[in-house]
Amino acid sequence: MYLASVGPLRTPLRRVPANVVALGIVSLVTDVSAEMVTAILPLYLVFGLGLNPLQFGLLDGLYAGATAVLRLVGGHAADRWRRLKAVAGIGYALSAISKLGFLAAGSTVPAIGAVLAIDRAGKGIRTAPRDALISLSSPAETMGRSFGVHRALDTVGAFLGPLVATAVLWASLGDYNSVFVTSFCLAACAVILLTTFVRDHSPPSPRSAQLPVFGLLRDPDFRRCCLWAAGLGLFTITDSFVYLAVQRRWDVSINVFPLLPLGTAGTFLLLAVPLGRLGDRIGRWKIFLGGHLALVLALLVICGPVGSWWLVLALHGTFYAATDGVLPAAVGPLLPEHLRASGLAVLQTGQALARMAAAVTVGVLWTLWDLRPAILAITLALLAVTIAAAVFKPLEVRR
Amino acid sequence: MSRRLLLATVAVLALLGGAITYVVQARTGGATENAVPVVTGQPMKLDPQTMLFRNLADGPDSGKLAAVPMSDPAAARRVGELHCDRFAAARGTAICLRLKPGSLPPLTDMIVLDANLRERHRETLPGTPSRARVSPDGRIVNWTLFVTGDSYAATGFSTRTGLYEVGSGRLVKTIEELAVFVHGKRYFASDLNYWGITFGADGNRFYVTLGSKGKTYLIEADYRAYRGTAIAENVECPSLSPDGRRIAYKQKVATGTWRLAVLDLATHQITHPPESRSIDDQPVWQGNSTLVYPVRNTRNTLDIWSVGLTTPPKLLIPEATSPSLGY
Repeated sequence: MYLASVGPLRTPLRRVPANVVALGIVSLVTDVSAEMVTAILPLYLVFGLGLNPLQFGLLDGLYAGATAVLRLVGGHAADRWRRLKAVAGIGYALSAISKLGFLAAGSTVPAIGAVLAIDRAGKGIRTAPRDALISLSSPAETMGRSFGVHRALDTVGAFLGPLVATAVLWASLGDYNSVFVTSFCLAACAVILLTTFVRDHSPPSPRSAQLPVFGLLRDPDFRRCCLWAAGLGLFTITDSFVYLAVQRRWDVSINVFPLLPLGTAGTFLLLAVPLGRLGDRIGRWKIFLGGHLALVLALLVICGPVGSWWLVLALHGTFYAATDGVLPAAVGPLLPEHLRASGLAVLQTGQALARMAAAVTVGVLWTLWDLRPAILAITLALLAVTIAAAVFKPLEVRR
Repeated sequence: MSRRLLLATVAVLALLGGAITYVVQARTGGATENAVPVVTGQPMKLDPQTMLFRNLADGPDSGKLAAVPMSDPAAARRVGELHCDRFAAARGTAICLRLKPGSLPPLTDMIVLDANLRERHRETLPGTPSRARVSPDGRIVNWTLFVTGDSYAATGFSTRTGLYEVGSGRLVKTIEELAVFVHGKRYFASDLNYWGITFGADGNRFYVTLGSKGKTYLIEADYRAYRGTAIAENVECPSLSPDGRRIAYKQKVATGTWRLAVLDLATHQITHPPESRSIDDQPVWQGNSTLVYPVRNTRNTLDIWSVGLTTPPKLLIPEATSPSLGY
């Protein structure tokens, strides 16, 4: 009955700011480009080049850390030069160029590592200024919806990527270079779309001297949000562990296993906009915490005697829909316009580093106790932190 | 503004046109004649005088299973119609791993063949072909596939090793559930990877590489009891000699570089055959004192070489990989 008073959740796209839609489409095209490479990379390394892909595993942790640091750099540079669009554009362009790098790298392992690193660097640099642009382009009261629309479009791109890659491989009779060239062309189109259709948002010059990035953390509201987001991140289980646990619990056929992320992405796609809008109405921090409860539920279902794997994936997708775009929408309005990119970068980097720590923790617990106890332990910890965050109300208390 | 729009439209169209042109011209690439002498349309079967392998020489028969007499490996290679990315045989049973075309995420067909290379059984499994072997008694085929997580440079790559009992039809898609002991303790880890099974003559004892936390272990396992124990470190892709006394394997020297090594199971002594180049495969025993394996050449394809435990290496078959001497 309460929901009925909220009104219909369906939103015509035209009520979303044009800049947000443009950024969403740029992300969509970029994600098609990125995911088509992701889809063929193992084939390319093993078959195209005859390499041993285990050689690349060691670099993963390094990438994740470097991406986190570059996000701070991207956010800071964008605010410093008051050029959000330009810095985001550099990030998009770096990732585009890296696609051609695969052609140049050939089968040289360090060169391929460098190409992957450039791609990740581009992603790190562009994230914060892009989210700041979304946030500055929307009125504070509908920011949740704007981020929801952006994340939904982004996910559509992730769905299309493997399909486009399959089509290109089919059309080129299995030529991997064709996939890289097509991926580059799409990524370059996204850069052109960005320069043509996205309006930059130059925040007014600050009246006082510019605050250093970490000076932001002196603001108590923002600091609390960062701490709670990172605190929750410390007990947020990584996707791959969720899928592994699902596979073990229901003995999911390993033919279906690679498709499990699609279940999460599908739910994310469907719920990103409705949950973003609901957050605009009833409070975004509540949705953010609700998302973590969905994750807790998903993990309890995995450990419990009842339920099924599709329920877990639906809850996992709900977790993403309720957190990924909702957090910057919740925190964005707290930040002064001239520091929005750096502020969002600090927030998201803190969260990302905490989640990396969580991945390590689960790995260690798994080694000590096996998978199920490890998941149960981290789930209970997440539940405790979520309840604490609800009790202490870092944000909604002011609404 | 309208001029900018026009410019953007032209640029986007040029990029899309460029992509389409590139894809179309890629269709016409590829050699139409075989780069090495090939005899086509030959019936193929497992026999003791023949070495089977995957033909890599440019041309229409590239990727097909090929055969040469062991007595004259330089002879023109005979090819049939069977495509295999990895091939192995023993005692009248063969395994052929073949990437399923047009599948994303990648899938592999695991095909069990009889002595006349006729299909007996097929399983479609996720991943790309990496290793294949048949137990010396011909009763168990096993394989290793590379699989990926959901996002590259985020979750990384892993291997999945499985086996199939030809007689009973029992399929083990992954041996991850093997009860394994390292330094006397039951070992659990989130990053457990197995690769490269090799069976003993009894069809029960087997060896496999376990990779975890940046280390690799040689696991000696009992199939019926389904438990294994780490007996050595830094051993990958083990291959048990026909007399069951030695393990040939690739020993990691640095990231991406391995050398051929031989472990004596009784004395735990490690020796190195006189082969200094990096190898990245599971070696094949020819008798109890010669090893056969592919080596990367300057054209960035592979050649099959052999080396004695103390005698220098010699080139057996250029432009070829996945050698099989079993019959």
